[in-house]
Amino acid sequence: MQNPIDNLNKLFDSRVRLGIMSALMVNEAVSFLELKELLEITDGNLASHLKALEENGIIKTHKGFIGRKTSTTYSSTKVGEKAFKSHVEALEKMIGGIK
Amino acid sequence: MNVQQQSLQDIQAIKKMMERSSRFISLSGLSGIFAGISALIGAVVAHPYVYGYKNLFIDNKLASRQLQSRDYTIILNTWLFWIATVTFASALILAFIFTLAKSKKQGIPLWGSSSKRLMINMMIPLIAAGFFVLKIFYLEAYGLFAPACLIFYGLALINASKYTLAEIRYLGYSQLILGIINLGFVGYGLYFWAAGFGVMHIFYGAYMWLKYERNVQEN
Repeated sequence: MQNPIDNLNKLFDSRVRLGIMSALMVNEAVSFLELKELLEITDGNLASHLKALEENGIIKTHKGFIGRKTSTTYSSTKVGEKAFKSHVEALEKMIGGIK
Repeated sequence: MNVQQQSLQDIQAIKKMMERSSRFISLSGLSGIFAGISALIGAVVAHPYVYGYKNLFIDNKLASRQLQSRDYTIILNTWLFWIATVTFASALILAFIFTLAKSKKQGIPLWGSSSKRLMINMMIPLIAAGFFVLKIFYLEAYGLFAPACLIFYGLALINASKYTLAEIRYLGYSQLILGIINLGFVGYGLYFWAAGFGVMHIFYGAYMWLKYERNVQEN
């Protein structure tokens, strides 16, 4: 039998990345500021995790304007949603043992 | 920590973030406080008209003609209609201003997906309330006006609470309970209405302000 650990995605091994994906799964698009507020982390920390997720095709970036201010929003890609779902399934299998 | 515990904590973190990110968190406690104050002022101004100490009609001659011809635009000729309109409008505008200010400060757009969901879920019971209240006036069952407002508003808040700060749920329960108790004391609607829309808004608004906003301002 396959070990469920093999299905855990290395990309999601940080709490911040899990948090970003969780927010993007239930919202069409979330702004940088909203993510910062939700995760309670610094700009630089958030930006580096977002960059990593984007480079792996998990999320995509939209640049836009609210009035004169620039606003960057993020949303999950199809690939990202699939990867996240199988990651969550793997996590559920792992805790199946103590339920 | 073993792998199972780690996974369980991950799942819990995911659940928490999904829930938190789908809520509109810019709702300001000050909105509640000022909406409550305008409701209390409205209730005080309306009191002598509701209980017959002052003449209800703005133009008596016009009113007697309207009464004879059963003209429903008579409602526009009552002080109460205009007191209610001004009270409602000022409460809404004040609530909007403080929530707009909080969302600006947080850098969260006011018209995002979470606020849209909040509005839609709030509006469904309120639109039903509109039809129900029209029928109350049509049947001249004015004693049911305050209980209907409180019950439908309570249900709207409970329905919308999944999409905003959790305290809104308890504000909803208290409006609902006040409305139901009011059904047993039908002549005292204005007092129940003032307790619900005035006192409860101020109470929960102050609680939410102390919990979410005061500390942020000190930082």
